Amino acid sequence: MSVESDDRQRLIARRPALEARARVLSAVRRWFEGEGFLEVDTPARVRAPGQEVHLDALPSGDRWLITSPEYAMKRLCGAGYQKIVSIGKCWRADERGPHHEPEFTMLEWYRAHAPLETIAADCETLVRAAISAAGPAASPAFAGTATHPFTRTTVRDVIHRFAGIDVVGDESPETLATKVRAAGVDPGTARHWDDLFFQLWLDRVEPHLPTLGPVLIFDWPTPLGALARRHPTNPHVVERFELYAEGLELANAFGELTDPVEQRARFLSESATRRALNKPVYSLDEALLAALPTMPPTSGIALGFDRLLMLVLGLPQIRHTMAFASDEI
Amino acid sequence: MATYDTSDIRKGLKFMMDGAPYTVVEFQFVKPGKGAAFTRTKMKNLLTGAVLERNFRSGEKLEEANVEIKTMQYLYKDADSCVFMDTTTYDQVSIPETTIGEAKDFMPENINVEVLFFENRAVGVTLPNFIEQKIVETEPGFKGDTSTNTTKPAKISTGATVQVPLFINAGDVVKIDTRTGDYLERVGRA
Repeated sequence: MSVESDDRQRLIARRPALEARARVLSAVRRWFEGEGFLEVDTPARVRAPGQEVHLDALPSGDRWLITSPEYAMKRLCGAGYQKIVSIGKCWRADERGPHHEPEFTMLEWYRAHAPLETIAADCETLVRAAISAAGPAASPAFAGTATHPFTRTTVRDVIHRFAGIDVVGDESPETLATKVRAAGVDPGTARHWDDLFFQLWLDRVEPHLPTLGPVLIFDWPTPLGALARRHPTNPHVVERFELYAEGLELANAFGELTDPVEQRARFLSESATRRALNKPVYSLDEALLAALPTMPPTSGIALGFDRLLMLVLGLPQIRHTMAFASDEI
Repeated sequence: MATYDTSDIRKGLKFMMDGAPYTVVEFQFVKPGKGAAFTRTKMKNLLTGAVLERNFRSGEKLEEANVEIKTMQYLYKDADSCVFMDTTTYDQVSIPETTIGEAKDFMPENINVEVLFFENRAVGVTLPNFIEQKIVETEPGFKGDTSTNTTKPAKISTGATVQVPLFINAGDVVKIDTRTGDYLERVGRA
């Protein structure tokens, strides 16, 4: 009788998921090709990784591993590439859990001259294409919810519905803290707008999102603007949506900010916050800022490919979608 | 008292919240794409047993709870209290029956239990998961009828009544899960 190693057993057991993964990946590529997208392969190691306060890049020699291919892709947008897609690895330090792996696959695409709604429709089509490519491996429960048009709502609406308070987006941090407490949430030592918001979101909103099926949540408050442009009619929100399914955050989309002055100001504010939090401060991506003036109105999105597989295949942990999770290699 | 970071959160970590001691039952890393990391923590109130969930943002501090678990031997019942002896120091403490709760029905004399102290006051008693006890009283069984799930009540030496299969007789020794009060198996015959 031979004794097989645990690792070999694990890899054998993961085969159906890996086969489905390859089929879904192939279907996704075909879909983008059919839509006229150019697949681009941008560098993994960069001088200026994402500035976001809560994303930490991993060092790689004298450079950083990307947390998303966003900046390089936007430079391509600025050079007239109208429909581009990237399917590649990204890295985020210290993110490890049932829904997080420090190394994961991001599916990111941009459409010039397209409203955010076009990207939302892309999401619906892609999720269904992934389910169809997974074939018999697809989770019937998830497939059932994804056949209907995805629910479309707003941040303000879901907060009102599930937490019973009205968050407009123009609140001072102090006012938001008062509202959050009124919803019965203890904000602890949180003082920043985003920390107060996410305490509320995680405690009172996210647990209810599965009841909505796959849901596109639009109109994020301006303090969570990141690289999104302001909403044309509501100054308190930005053009941004997030796709959630079964409570899992699957994708984040922006009507892309193309104003270099405002983008520089947001980058500087984020790097100041990083400095205040004793986090590494990254250099500004001047090449990106220089590309923004020639970038047409563009909508873009980043979708976690491994999480898409979790949902499509009905797997409880992100590690089940990959041959080797970070602690298995 | 020491303080903990959210990165210290582990199963069994004991900390104070809203004036009460809690122990971590489960925890999970959660992080919104554009937000700070949080630790979703399921925790049990050590005084009431109530379980609740909280999301602790990375950077929040947790205060260590002044709790201690001691192995103690149950000696005897004294009015409305039970007297226990610390198996290391031989110190004796008297714990009210109301604090011990339902556990006292499955607590034979001389058994070693874990006593939880909060700020040096005994607040709870945890029994071993399984005990073996003699049946002191039950209706005589029907020989041969072991094919169905039918059960009958039986009184064990600690005073509790448990549901046992029909073939169990007074004098038999049975194994019981103290967490559920369920009969598990017969380990000795009358």
